[in-house]
Amino acid sequence: MPVFTQPVPRDLRAKLFELNWAFVLLIVLTGCIGVLMLYSVAGGAWDPWAIRHATRFAAGFLVMLIVAMVPPRMWMSLAYPAYLGALFLLVMVELFGATAMGAQRWIDIGPLRMQPSEIMKIALVLALARYYHDLPPEKVSTPGGMIVPALAIALPVGLIAKQPDLGTAVLTGATGAVMVFLAGLSWKVIVPGMIAGVVGGITFLRYGLEEYQRARVMTFLNPENDPLGAGYHIMQSKIALGSGGLTGKGYMQGTQAHLNFLPEKQTDFIFTMLGEEFGFIGGIAVLALYALILGHCLMTAMACRSVFLRLVTMGVTTTFALYVFINAAMVMGLVPVVGVPLPMISYGGSVMFTVLIGLGLILGAHIHRAAEPPKGAGIFG
Amino acid sequence: MRRDKQEAQAQFNRRTFMVGAGGVAAFAGIGAQLYTLQILQEDEYRVLSDNNQFSFRIQLPTRGRILDRFGETIAENRDSYRIYLIREQAGDPALALDRLSRFMPISDARRERVLRDLARTPRFQPVTIAEGVDWETFSRVNLHLPELPGVMPDVGEVRTYPMPAAFAHVAGYVQSAPPEIAGDDPLLRHPAFRVGRSGVEIARDAELRGSAGSLKVEVNAFGRVIRELPEQSRPAEPGRDVALTIDAEVQRFATDRLGTQSASAVGIDVHTGEVVVLASTPSFDPNLFVLGIPSREFSDLNENPLRPLFNKATNGLYAPASTIKGVISLAALRHGVMRPGERVTCRGSVQLGNRRFHCWRREGHGPVNMHDAIKVSCDTYFYEVASRLGIERIREAALELGFGQLFEVGIPMLSQAGGLFPSPQWKRARTGQGWSMGDTYNVGIGQGAVLASPLQLAVMTARMATGRAVEPTLYPRSAPAQFARLDFEDAHIEAVHNAHVGVVHEPGGTSYWSLGGLGVEGVRMAGKTGTSQVYSISAEERARGVRDQDDLPWRLRNHGLFICYAPAEAPRYAVAVVVEHGGGGARSAAQPGRDILRELILRDPAGRSGVIAARHAPINLAQGG
Repeated sequence: MPVFTQPVPRDLRAKLFELNWAFVLLIVLTGCIGVLMLYSVAGGAWDPWAIRHATRFAAGFLVMLIVAMVPPRMWMSLAYPAYLGALFLLVMVELFGATAMGAQRWIDIGPLRMQPSEIMKIALVLALARYYHDLPPEKVSTPGGMIVPALAIALPVGLIAKQPDLGTAVLTGATGAVMVFLAGLSWKVIVPGMIAGVVGGITFLRYGLEEYQRARVMTFLNPENDPLGAGYHIMQSKIALGSGGLTGKGYMQGTQAHLNFLPEKQTDFIFTMLGEEFGFIGGIAVLALYALILGHCLMTAMACRSVFLRLVTMGVTTTFALYVFINAAMVMGLVPVVGVPLPMISYGGSVMFTVLIGLGLILGAHIHRAAEPPKGAGIFG
Repeated sequence: MRRDKQEAQAQFNRRTFMVGAGGVAAFAGIGAQLYTLQILQEDEYRVLSDNNQFSFRIQLPTRGRILDRFGETIAENRDSYRIYLIREQAGDPALALDRLSRFMPISDARRERVLRDLARTPRFQPVTIAEGVDWETFSRVNLHLPELPGVMPDVGEVRTYPMPAAFAHVAGYVQSAPPEIAGDDPLLRHPAFRVGRSGVEIARDAELRGSAGSLKVEVNAFGRVIRELPEQSRPAEPGRDVALTIDAEVQRFATDRLGTQSASAVGIDVHTGEVVVLASTPSFDPNLFVLGIPSREFSDLNENPLRPLFNKATNGLYAPASTIKGVISLAALRHGVMRPGERVTCRGSVQLGNRRFHCWRREGHGPVNMHDAIKVSCDTYFYEVASRLGIERIREAALELGFGQLFEVGIPMLSQAGGLFPSPQWKRARTGQGWSMGDTYNVGIGQGAVLASPLQLAVMTARMATGRAVEPTLYPRSAPAQFARLDFEDAHIEAVHNAHVGVVHEPGGTSYWSLGGLGVEGVRMAGKTGTSQVYSISAEERARGVRDQDDLPWRLRNHGLFICYAPAEAPRYAVAVVVEHGGGGARSAAQPGRDILRELILRDPAGRSGVIAARHAPINLAQGG
């Protein structure tokens, strides 16, 4: 037994007391930046983005707190059903999904319109965490212990990539891979695996991409080649950022954004707009905000006693970090434009809910960090 | 079991550190890229951003005016009313045109063109429906604007010529620059910009044009103008006005006086060389060319046998006929081949070898001296004088008096507008034949190969009147002209002058009966008629009853010429008139010539012509040196 163990809070009051309020504050701050930027995108109007973003953020924030209060055992018991459900929905999307902008991503269930790939992001994290929680550490690197996680990751990633939604596929796959790594996979497996991955990746880039995806990769490699074609967005984004300079052009003064040279500024390119209007100082401040959030996540992960909570926390943290990294790198021309939003700042409901639920899980992990759920437990076991 | 767990936890923490370190590296990479873009490459991207944000719209300069010698406007700019349609605001363009057609006529052809233009223009950019709309239509459309979404009235400048007929050839006209001239010049390519295409408009285009300004505007990604930034713009620099030496009043008078005949008139101030009249008829309306002349109208003008587009005053070439007789006389006196009083008997014709050379007066003039020969325009006398002089000496004097010389007055002229004065060398080169005495006879009466433009005839007249090498110009001189004296004795100049006065004022003069003087109390004039032969009536035709010029078709009739100057006592203005196919000069050209000369004398700025002072003072040309 450790030298001291904290008691696991049971009632709501105790749980609220244990809530990581600094973490919550950082999250609220990020959401507010989103509202601020969306107000500017609309040229100084609440409509159509800022007000809805604020409403959704408020709703998502409540959901986050509720998620944080739920005992981890419940998430454990929900892990497999949620994963299977999400996988089923991904198949349904493949078969019947609505097509938007050339990709099948959405599915209508009654009045609800949802993106199964978003559910899968959380469900995969929960399922993998549960799997490794139940698996004895020595079995992690055995063939039997590797085949299940490999399939659990490959199936949804394959389905998402086929939609095609390369950004989410990369995000989901990378999250899964990091979790397997953190679960303790032997280096003897990791090193050859990485080599195989690089070879496979190159093969995929060469033969497995849709035409528009290949074009994106090619223009990413040389945006100036095609300034009015596919490279236009990257070029304009870099111009917007670069012209922002140290202090930026001023709030609501971003010429690139407001004169429509910047594409999709309310979603994927909102960081560009922020960088144009608030300059290097603003951009670094937002990145620092995310870094602080991620720091809290890492601390939480290492404070957790159970494998399940550790891995859930790190899975969500990885997804979150990848969101920020891919989006920022994308708008700066470091990676191809893959359509990944900036969490809690970009406009868009689905992703914000996923992110806030994920952060809710981390807040919950912090509250229940001392808990040690039983292995192999059934529902509410 | 617990050790396993601790070991697993430790491994997890190690690997979490590794992942965290990876994350830190990734974020550092992003931060570094942000630093590169926003700090290191800021200037570069700032320029690109400005290039995106700002665009320069060309500002058309106001074209300088063209003015006459008294400041009267010959060419100016007026507001042109245009009607545009903006598709974005118009909704269905066909319906918008239907609505608009209630207030202004829109032909099917125009409708088709507008719809075609709209289809290939960005939605927010205006497309011209009509340009040069009259004020009534324009104000009607403005009044009903609320019912006409997408219709945009606009006012711009367009070149206008208030005296179109009188100045079509002198002022010329402006048009859109053709692509080969426009090149990549954004000003020249601007649809509303015009460049000089003929006359003064092209000759002085650089001054008249001014220079374009630029208006800095903020544009969005679709090229729509968001706002204008006048404080960061450069205004257009208007073109300078160009003043001419022409007297617009007399120019108009001359144009009207020549009327519908194919004719031209040139008036020159003999002391300054300033061209005060330069008229060519029939004329055309240069305003038609400014907005683009319909091809039908253009071909009508271009194919008209009276050649309205052709500037006959500078480019028309005619045999000077009897108007050359003063020149021949001066040459004869210079070389002493004929004393002034010496008489030659005219019997109506002379025989040269097997050719007979006729005097215009078949029955002959009898014995005539130089004064009479000029006065009655006796051809026989000049056959004799020419034969005594020989072609070389005639040519020498003729060239001194302006023949064969291209006078650059300041508008584009044909290179051959310098006319022709033949020489034996020229004839040999041209026909391979040698010069004959017959050729000299013909040159002696201004026929044969001799060709001169009305401008040259006016210069010749001015030179004979003053004895100085007058150079014509269309633009006021900055310094008073000092023309060199020609190498003729004053007595000779005066003798020829007196003979030219006799043409008008002495009984028997060719213009004595037809003109009866200048028509200004106390002011006399000098003149000389000429009949430039176009076609000689053959014996066969004569037998058929074609006796007279009037029996010939118009295009075969003789050209009528008249040169004159006044006041006789102190010459100020010289005028030359050529009426194509007008018959004899005494009949067709003398009266318009005299009338134009009278207008010039009457309108001469007070105290300058010396009309009043000269009336009582005797002529004293000899004093000049």
